[in-house]
Amino acid sequence: MNTHRKKRSRCIAMLILLAAAALVLLVLNVCIGSINISLAEVLQSISGNGTGTFTQILWSIRLPRALATLILGGALALAGYLLQTFFYNPIAGPFVLGISSGAKMVVAVVMVFLLGRSIRVSSAGMILAAFFGAMISMGCVLLISRKIKGMAMLVVAGVMIGYICSAITDIIVAFADDADIVNLHNWSKGSFSGITWDNILVMAVVVAAAFIVVFLMSKPLSAYRLGEVYAQNLGVNVKLLRIGLVLLSSFLSACVVAFAGPISFVGIATPHLVKKVLNTAEPIWMIPGCFLGGAVFCLFCDLLARTVMAPTELSISTVTAVFGAPVVIWVLISRKRGQA
Amino acid sequence: MKKPYFSLDHLTVGYQGHAVVEDISIELAKGQILTLIGPNGAGKSTILKTIVGQLPVISGEIRIDQKNIADISRSELSRKMAVVLTEKIKTELMTCEEVVATGRFPYTGRFGRLSEDDYRVVEESMELVHVTQIRDKDFMRISDGQRQRVMLARAICQEPDIIILDEPTSFLDVKYKLEFLSVLQKLRSMKDLTVVMSIHELELAERVSDRILCVNGLKIDGYGSAEEIFRPGYITSLFGIHAGSFDESNTSMELKAPDRERQPDLFVLAGAGSARSVYGKLQRENTPFITGILYENDLDYPVASALAAQVISTPAFEPVSEDAMRQAQEAVNSCRKVICCRSEFGSLDTCSEQLLDYARSMNKEIDFLYADRYNGRK
Repeated sequence: MNTHRKKRSRCIAMLILLAAAALVLLVLNVCIGSINISLAEVLQSISGNGTGTFTQILWSIRLPRALATLILGGALALAGYLLQTFFYNPIAGPFVLGISSGAKMVVAVVMVFLLGRSIRVSSAGMILAAFFGAMISMGCVLLISRKIKGMAMLVVAGVMIGYICSAITDIIVAFADDADIVNLHNWSKGSFSGITWDNILVMAVVVAAAFIVVFLMSKPLSAYRLGEVYAQNLGVNVKLLRIGLVLLSSFLSACVVAFAGPISFVGIATPHLVKKVLNTAEPIWMIPGCFLGGAVFCLFCDLLARTVMAPTELSISTVTAVFGAPVVIWVLISRKRGQA
Repeated sequence: MKKPYFSLDHLTVGYQGHAVVEDISIELAKGQILTLIGPNGAGKSTILKTIVGQLPVISGEIRIDQKNIADISRSELSRKMAVVLTEKIKTELMTCEEVVATGRFPYTGRFGRLSEDDYRVVEESMELVHVTQIRDKDFMRISDGQRQRVMLARAICQEPDIIILDEPTSFLDVKYKLEFLSVLQKLRSMKDLTVVMSIHELELAERVSDRILCVNGLKIDGYGSAEEIFRPGYITSLFGIHAGSFDESNTSMELKAPDRERQPDLFVLAGAGSARSVYGKLQRENTPFITGILYENDLDYPVASALAAQVISTPAFEPVSEDAMRQAQEAVNSCRKVICCRSEFGSLDTCSEQLLDYARSMNKEIDFLYADRYNGRK
């Protein structure tokens, strides 16, 4: 009985630690930049006593960006965790399976089409478009996964789908007007910049809702870890669960793409790091763990993206790849060793 | 008969609407053990997969407690039926205890937290199959046999009324095979557990089953008690055995007999179970032989009938007939050599001794299996 308590307290401690890390990184992201703002000034601004430029930068640039990074990073990691659970595949993720690229493609189509007619697209509209695109890719991946076995082949297929979608996006962008291109080009490479408070509100509500639904699924997900047959025998409605997994993972990935474009390696790498930190793979711990872990990972990477080569800003995917790709390689190697 | 607890009523099973096995009808009372036997690929697994809901029923009904399984809710069914499959499962960072504890799923609340009571059941289940010592080990880092037992503990932990097992003994060594089956018998007597399982070991099936279902192709080949199924010749035909033979009365098998075409020139003087190892050796060398004189209830007799070119036998509890004796002498005469497997002859077994004397008088070469122990006149 004691071991259960010990495990529980360890998990809780680690979650608190992750939350604290996210908070610290959030503050650092707000403070550090081309103009450094001290913590005292930040607190002043937030309490409404701030002055001029600092408050301006803080409210319209730094704070929305940092919050978006936190929310979307969490969403991305959660999407990755759900996909890995769904496919029983440790190297699945929204980016490698082409889901992000599918979402990107449809968003690009919608943006070019509507911006050409000077219609502004709302946040919700963007999410919807992205979700539609994500479902197209997901549909392709699902069809392919019925035909082929093996986790490597699935990922290769996903990467190919991603390439096709990216190619189509490039063609669409080439047809767009000049002014739009600049906008689209930044976005299609993935970036947390240019987020408004309206965006934040929408993404917070939507991601929170998705998170709650996922968390409520933690018990069936736990049974699903032993495979479909055992899950079914334990009374889980496996069909419903699988549909839920597909929809939720696509939806979360779509959310991220709608606001920040495709971002690589967060979804694939974070769940493994979190598993190591928590030393368990139980969904009830993994779900909040992945969200916090993804937030920490993205906040950390975005901080580097903004500061390392300042004043030039690196693309966020460049930084996430530097830290995420080795994790994937490590996962593959330790898997092989486990089999031998 | 008691009211049937589990029954299949004209059930047809298969894949994508194509029948693999048709028209299966069985009835099991609570606490009975049913085993499915039959050749590889005959459809045993298809039947079990259909019972656990992995495959849709093509036609007919599966009933638990007189109720069609399709009308029982998921959660109710999960408290009634547990499964152990052959397919290996892969887990991540799960200890054996955690795997066992998943069996409590149907009894826990929204977030699956285990109560003190749940932990007690987990504890008992682990003790029952002796996996308590490995409870904290990673499930992926134990042996196949241990894994099989952990999965059984998991199923027991589900506190089912009926348990479905697909080849549960295949990864177990002989010690754990016996232990596994005695656990099933224990559960049956303790909790009135009904068991449906497929099994490859016929000798185990014969010992443990109340009912046996023989699956071979589209039609059910046979269904009945162990005595009914293990009648002479049936298993040999069910499995289409060519490369050897199966003795239903002993549930023992023998490899193919030595070449019967060749004229045997070896006589094995057998009896009282003394010659079985010699028979085996001759089988391996592919040397044909004649053996005798055996009472038909002798331990040597079934092996001899399976392997010898000719067996000179005589009904049990009767004096050896003159006819048999003459036959034996002729056989000895036709052979070059005699192997005497007996170290002593009983006072009511004079015929074997006479036969040895006869061989000696005919100047046959005689090998004594127990030369050191043989106290006779050499």
